[in-house]
Amino acid sequence: MIYIEIFWSFLIANLLGYGGGPATIPLIQIEVVNERDWMTLSEFGDLLAIANALPGPIATKMAGFIGYEVGGVIGSIVALAATILPSAIAVILLFKFVNLFKDSPKVKLMTKSVQPIIAILLAVMAYQFFLTAFENSGIFHLVLLALLSYLTLSRFKVHPSFVIIGALLYGGIFLS
Amino acid sequence: MSKYLELAIGFARTGVTGYGGGPSTIPLIEFEAVKKYKWMSEEEFSEVLALANTLPGPIATKMAAYIGYKVKGNIGAAVAILTHVLPSVIAMLGLLGVLYSFSHSPIVGGMVQGVTPVIGYMLAEMAYRFFQNGKKGLGLSKMLLFSAISFILIQLVGLHPGILIATFLISAFFIASRKEKAAKTPDKDVVELKEKSS
Repeated sequence: MIYIEIFWSFLIANLLGYGGGPATIPLIQIEVVNERDWMTLSEFGDLLAIANALPGPIATKMAGFIGYEVGGVIGSIVALAATILPSAIAVILLFKFVNLFKDSPKVKLMTKSVQPIIAILLAVMAYQFFLTAFENSGIFHLVLLALLSYLTLSRFKVHPSFVIIGALLYGGIFLS
Repeated sequence: MSKYLELAIGFARTGVTGYGGGPSTIPLIEFEAVKKYKWMSEEEFSEVLALANTLPGPIATKMAAYIGYKVKGNIGAAVAILTHVLPSVIAMLGLLGVLYSFSHSPIVGGMVQGVTPVIGYMLAEMAYRFFQNGKKGLGLSKMLLFSAISFILIQLVGLHPGILIATFLISAFFIASRKEKAAKTPDKDVVELKEKSS
């Protein structure tokens, strides 16, 4: 049955895709292009380009669309459920468990101990975004936009949504 | 305002303005959850982010699931996930023809380029705050040491962050257990010491 195939494909891609949505893209490609022949590699590439042009999480956009192509609206729902539900349920269960011991000194020390890792992960991600910006738009736009981000977000406390809309406009006008 | 409505607005907004996939929405989700609606403290957010990273699957929907659940139980989790995910999925299905021509347009390319440094800044600012938090909790020297270890293992060795987080969590658990034990049985230690010295 096609729905079961859709479910399995997206379940496996997302369980193995350790490290957030973008890490699952090659795994989705293996399932969809290599294993099941639902689309060609170039179709998949186009789809990825379109998904990247839209905001929002990337893995769910791919799942929603491929599910729809293969199995209509129900296919789309099945693919989304397989992508989101297992990890969403797991994270809730994990936290129910952790909250039982919330005030124990063990949990407190555990929380402290992971701060450096998270800080480094975020710093590395920030660096990657800056590097991409430097390669695609050059140092001038990078410094200007980063400076404007600092002023609007940290100094004047503008809501991030407005800053992003502003950056989209800036990019659409000056970087196209 | 009802909590459900807050969740819906917060997660719809982060879903629609988060350009570049799930991880780029993390600073936006943090803004809504910690600063705007005060669903949780900054420490708790960092805890959630750390634990969510140890599990596989998309990061943004894991965050939405937990935060929604924390604020309003199972239905809250469903509301947060759906409002975060659906707008972009529906847009993708509905606007495919239009998007197809747009995806190769230089304007869309320019818009993505414009947003990239902003996301980079937001992530850098968050990294800085986590660093400050860690310094407060662990002290500067331990924080620097652990950061250096994390950097080397993740960036240079290529170890998966989830594995590193799990290792840190387990070691912290055992260190804290030993400390607890030591604190609970001080008399015995003293007695032993006395016996030895006599």
